[in-house]
Amino acid sequence: MRKLNRRTRVLLLTILMALILIATYAAGILIPESAVEADFMATKQPPSLAHPFGTDSLGRDLFLRTLKGMSVSMTVGIVASCISAVVAVLIGIAAATGSKRVDGCINWVIDLVMGVPHTILIILISFALGRGLKGLLVGVAVTHWTSLARVIRGEVMQLRSQQYIAVSRRFGKSSGWILTNHLLPHLVPQFFVGLVLMFPHAILHEASISFLGFGLPPEQPAIGIILAESMKYISSGMWWTAVFPGLTLVLIVLLVDRLGDNLRMIIDPYSAQE
Amino acid sequence: MKGIFGRLGRIFLTYGFKIITLLLAVSIIAFVLVTLSPVDPVQQYIMGIGPVSDEQRAQIEDYWGVNEPPVERYFSWLNSLLHGDLGTSLLYRRPVAEIIGQRFVNSLALMLCAWVFSGVIGFLLGCVMGMNQNRWPDKVLKKICYLLSSVPTFWLGLVLLLLFSVVLGWFPIGFSSPIGILDSDVTIWQRLHHLILPAFTLSLMSFANIALHTRQKLVDVMNSEYVLFARARGEGKWTLLRRHGLRNILLPALTLQFASFAELFGGSVMAENVFSYPGLGSAVAAAGLNSDVPLLLGVTLFSALFVCVGNMIANLLYGVVDPQIREVEK
Amino acid sequence: MNQNVNTPLLEVSDLSVSFRMYDGALEQRDLQVISSLSLTVYPGEILAIAGSSGSGKSLLASAILGILPGNATTGGSLRYNGEALTPERQKQLRGTEIALVPQSVAYLDPLMQVGKQVDGHRKPRPTEKRRGLFRRFGLPEKTEKLYPFQLSGGMARRALVSTALLTDARLIIADEPTPGMSLDQALEALKLFREMADEGRAVVLITHDIDLAFAFADRVAVFYAGTTVETAPAQDFRQGPEALRHPYSKALWNALPQNGFTPIAGFQPYAGNLPQGCLFAPRCPYATEECHTTVPPMRQVRGGEVRCYHGA
Repeated sequence: MRKLNRRTRVLLLTILMALILIATYAAGILIPESAVEADFMATKQPPSLAHPFGTDSLGRDLFLRTLKGMSVSMTVGIVASCISAVVAVLIGIAAATGSKRVDGCINWVIDLVMGVPHTILIILISFALGRGLKGLLVGVAVTHWTSLARVIRGEVMQLRSQQYIAVSRRFGKSSGWILTNHLLPHLVPQFFVGLVLMFPHAILHEASISFLGFGLPPEQPAIGIILAESMKYISSGMWWTAVFPGLTLVLIVLLVDRLGDNLRMIIDPYSAQE
Repeated sequence: MKGIFGRLGRIFLTYGFKIITLLLAVSIIAFVLVTLSPVDPVQQYIMGIGPVSDEQRAQIEDYWGVNEPPVERYFSWLNSLLHGDLGTSLLYRRPVAEIIGQRFVNSLALMLCAWVFSGVIGFLLGCVMGMNQNRWPDKVLKKICYLLSSVPTFWLGLVLLLLFSVVLGWFPIGFSSPIGILDSDVTIWQRLHHLILPAFTLSLMSFANIALHTRQKLVDVMNSEYVLFARARGEGKWTLLRRHGLRNILLPALTLQFASFAELFGGSVMAENVFSYPGLGSAVAAAGLNSDVPLLLGVTLFSALFVCVGNMIANLLYGVVDPQIREVEK
Repeated sequence: MNQNVNTPLLEVSDLSVSFRMYDGALEQRDLQVISSLSLTVYPGEILAIAGSSGSGKSLLASAILGILPGNATTGGSLRYNGEALTPERQKQLRGTEIALVPQSVAYLDPLMQVGKQVDGHRKPRPTEKRRGLFRRFGLPEKTEKLYPFQLSGGMARRALVSTALLTDARLIIADEPTPGMSLDQALEALKLFREMADEGRAVVLITHDIDLAFAFADRVAVFYAGTTVETAPAQDFRQGPEALRHPYSKALWNALPQNGFTPIAGFQPYAGNLPQGCLFAPRCPYATEECHTTVPPMRQVRGGEVRCYHGA
């Protein structure tokens, strides 16, 4: 009985976390542009009831701006991790089922991607694609697929050696049939957990790259942009412009990270013990 | 001894080959990427030096080889690269090799401090966690480690800057010293003063990884059969850690530290930009923002080399020190 | 050795060991692996603890030495040389008075040279004494410079035995010392233990190799599902079932290849799933109502001890 309770509790917590994330995301989207317009009557105000996070040098409300920025960052994070996860699954399956040479090639490419610091690689890709959203998405996606690809490769290799797959093959089932009936049911959970666990890294990279000035254009209120702006005023003591948006980012990242762990615990309770 | 050198030589050879192929691949990819870029480097260059005549422009284009096919351009770039010529930085108007050399010294100081500090602190904390498995010091430290890995480097840097430089005034605010400051004007003390906060930020970012890794290794060792036997022979907690724990976890930890050069370099890019620290990281960001293609290519290649060297040292360490791998190699 | 042979060196009475286990990531429960276990060891004898695998024999060694994992709890009492064996006392005696001979090379630190490791952590290093032992065991001089994975099974065994002989331990607990050895090596190892016992030490030989236990031990304790069901002179086991007291001992004897290979019906119950009364009752042909409800006490029968209402 207690086992069920504990499981239910984890499940409820997970749903709650997902709801908070969705709410943050929706709030960011739904806040109208007019709410974060410059207001020169209320510049550089410290946190107050009217402006929980204070206002910036142009008098924009930082709380609303942070929420908006968070949803922009989350969009980038979701899209980039989705691309990355799909790439990871395809490459992982190719490495596990292809010839030895294909596997070797893929391993070499993974070494290559790991051989250049990710920040540098993203800067380079962003530069190649003329900065902006496209460069950011491709950059984050290109640098994040490697570890999930390795997991998928291992999983498929293990599955391939299973008896029942060999039996299916002997009964003349096609590779496609085996893929959809035997491999996918195992890979889909791995895919989702990998996706959710990749997401916080993607957001962090997005924020870092935007902070450096290679990501979204300055008029997009991404978290990295807000923090880059705050740096200009940091010596004048406007601490709130740096602290609150950053804290929000950390909280969201932590939340997503825990969500991923919980999902793994629900899907695969034995591997998640440590 | 001869065996060790023979083995070292073999590892060097295989790794040397691997590094060369990887660097070649990096150079091709980086070159393709900057070629793809919609930014016109000649235009950038001309904007930098002021108005030029069409004739001069043609000369510059000729010098840059813009009108040649990309493949030929790549090979001529590679050729001068092999002769030690990385081109001239558009931003700093100096040879790229010189800039990299000079800034790498700065970055190296920063990364080395952070590397040693995070390694030592991470290892010690890992030992504390591993020896107190599942008791409160372990639980608290584990939470802190997980928390730190969710905090972006640059924000942590911002907060530290805010706290120690703005509020407490202990350290200079990064951009109070402009990026282009002459090296000869800076004293050792000033250097150190500028170094402490970024180095601290960078080490805070990387010690969690090494601490968690060390913890796991130590827990494995402490649950091993050989530690059970050592306990049966009367070894106490400290003797166990000294005789068996350190022996079995030090090498993996050191290897991990060397294998994490990529994260270290990436982190230093962020830390240097927050603190306006005149190293490779701030140079590469500036190069990217100002379309300084030669510098961007140069730093990319250099960072790949840096990571490769770290990985090679990690592999050498394992191959030379671990007797079990030594045996397998035979 | 002015020790009175009739004073027991080690007395274990009513020992129980249980573990806190985690079911998956989310649930915990207690698991009893050793229950109401009693045995006595005298100086100068080899006591074999015989039982099939999974009966919790190895944990007994850890319990005596006080090195059970952190999630274990113990009950009952342990006495060494007439004194209560408290955790503090265990700490003092480990490696000095009580020595363990572990099962395999896995019990040696893979990254420490054998010589240094056998010498142990105590200062001054007994290097000379250890070299003498290595010579006696026919271990070549260079053995001390080798790492554990470079040892053959037989060399590792001899190195492990020398760790016990280096000490002046009066109680030696050997945990499964023979598996993986050739018959010659096994006989050689057992001969060593015989010598140790003849020097006045007490040797506890934990083994599932029942044949060897019967042949070399002075007394045999039969282990079943985490408890001793019978302790008797080895002579009785050599004689046959009619000399034995517990139905499980008799069944064990009959299951030996040379005695007809008669298997025992049913399975040894798993820890966490133990029957309420006598642990053997579900498989016992003589079980009565009483056996299923209450655990029988240890009784003295014909110079041995038996935990059975019917055994005689």
